[in-house]
Amino acid sequence: MLDPNPGLILWTIVTFALLLVVLRKFAWKPLLKALNERENTVRNTLERAEAAKAEAERALEENRARLAKAEEESQKILREGRALGEKLKQEMTEQANQQSRRLVEQARQEIERDKEAALSQLRGEVSALVLQVAGKILNETIDDKKHRELIDESLRNLPKN
Amino acid sequence: MNIFFQEHAQHAATDTVAAAASHGGGEGGADMMHHILDARELDFSPFGHIELPHFPPVEIGGVSIDLSITKHVVFLWAAALILVVVAVTAARKNSRDRVPRGLGNLIELFVVFVRDEIAVLNMGPAGLRYMPYLLTTFFFILIMNLSGLVPYGSTATGNVSVTGGLALVAFVMIQGAAIRAQGLGHYIKHLTGGVHWALWPIMIPIELLGLFTKPFALMIRLFANMVGGHIVILSLLGLIFIFRSYIFAPVPVLFVIGISMLEIFVAFLQAYIFTMLTALFMGLGIKAAHHDGDAHGEVEPYV
Repeated sequence: MLDPNPGLILWTIVTFALLLVVLRKFAWKPLLKALNERENTVRNTLERAEAAKAEAERALEENRARLAKAEEESQKILREGRALGEKLKQEMTEQANQQSRRLVEQARQEIERDKEAALSQLRGEVSALVLQVAGKILNETIDDKKHRELIDESLRNLPKN
Repeated sequence: MNIFFQEHAQHAATDTVAAAASHGGGEGGADMMHHILDARELDFSPFGHIELPHFPPVEIGGVSIDLSITKHVVFLWAAALILVVVAVTAARKNSRDRVPRGLGNLIELFVVFVRDEIAVLNMGPAGLRYMPYLLTTFFFILIMNLSGLVPYGSTATGNVSVTGGLALVAFVMIQGAAIRAQGLGHYIKHLTGGVHWALWPIMIPIELLGLFTKPFALMIRLFANMVGGHIVILSLLGLIFIFRSYIFAPVPVLFVIGISMLEIFVAFLQAYIFTMLTALFMGLGIKAAHHDGDAHGEVEPYV
């Protein structure tokens, strides 16, 4: 069993050598080439995917920041607008109040003036009427001085308003 | 061993081996070894047998070389043929498909394993150059190992001449890798072990012996593992004839199934070990080139 057979050794070596030559050309080279190419493709694809992922994450982060900023801005604008509106409202109310007060004041003054005028006119007319009536009643002429005194007295006796 | 088996077989299994005896195996005897040893015929009993061509021995340098086609030569070639068909088909498929499937994927699994776990692990990037050799060794041994488990098959690696031939190729590759990496001068210098010249007469034979020990171990390891498994299987089957009972037969058959599964594992394992150790020895020579000193006494893991 342990006797070496030189012929078989020779056949083994020859077969192995031929096998090596044939397989090297037709099997191992193409296999290893395909394997390397695929590994490179996979590595490149992975690297690209990794880069794309990082890029996307960066863009997302940027968008998020931008969105937050816009949100803040809008909040600020809203706040400012609200404050402005409030101020405007107050100003307008104030203005309207002042105007109304002024109008009322004006109206009061006018009324006062009209009243004053009406009163003085009434006074004149009443004195003339009284004079006429008194003249008629007395049927006498009183001198002008006496006349004035009478009128004044009667006016004084007239109840206020 | 042979004689033991012969006697054993003739005592116990005369009925079965009677048929084999009439054919006259390679050893001219009727025994279980008939299944393990080389033969000048292909035995397909009970369907007869095929006589293989017989050439007269050639005398080369005083050694008579018998180049007759024997059973193991046939299985050597069968393994080579199967490997060529399988590997070339796989290479075609993988060059075409972007994603390997089926056979291409299976072969690529082993190719990646040999590359990463054997070549690069033991030799570094320099090992990629020797990938075709390592792949051929791995697959060739694997198929030869497995072919013994097929009915009517025979394990060519269970023949010490076949493993010897493979070990000789490994020896050439190991020395070639070392010379390539170190340069011839440095390689020869390495054989002196870096000791004083007065010790060279001792050192050089020791170093030379060391060079031959490694492939010798490869040869014996592979041969013994392959032949051992078959002897265990045949011995277990022989129990049936020793006990002369059909009722007893299932027990050894169950054992044989178990051992056969172990054999499948061992077929892969031994192909891996042979390739891995060859790569390791090549790697030692390649790494020695990177040593600054030529001292041989540094830590070098000899396995």
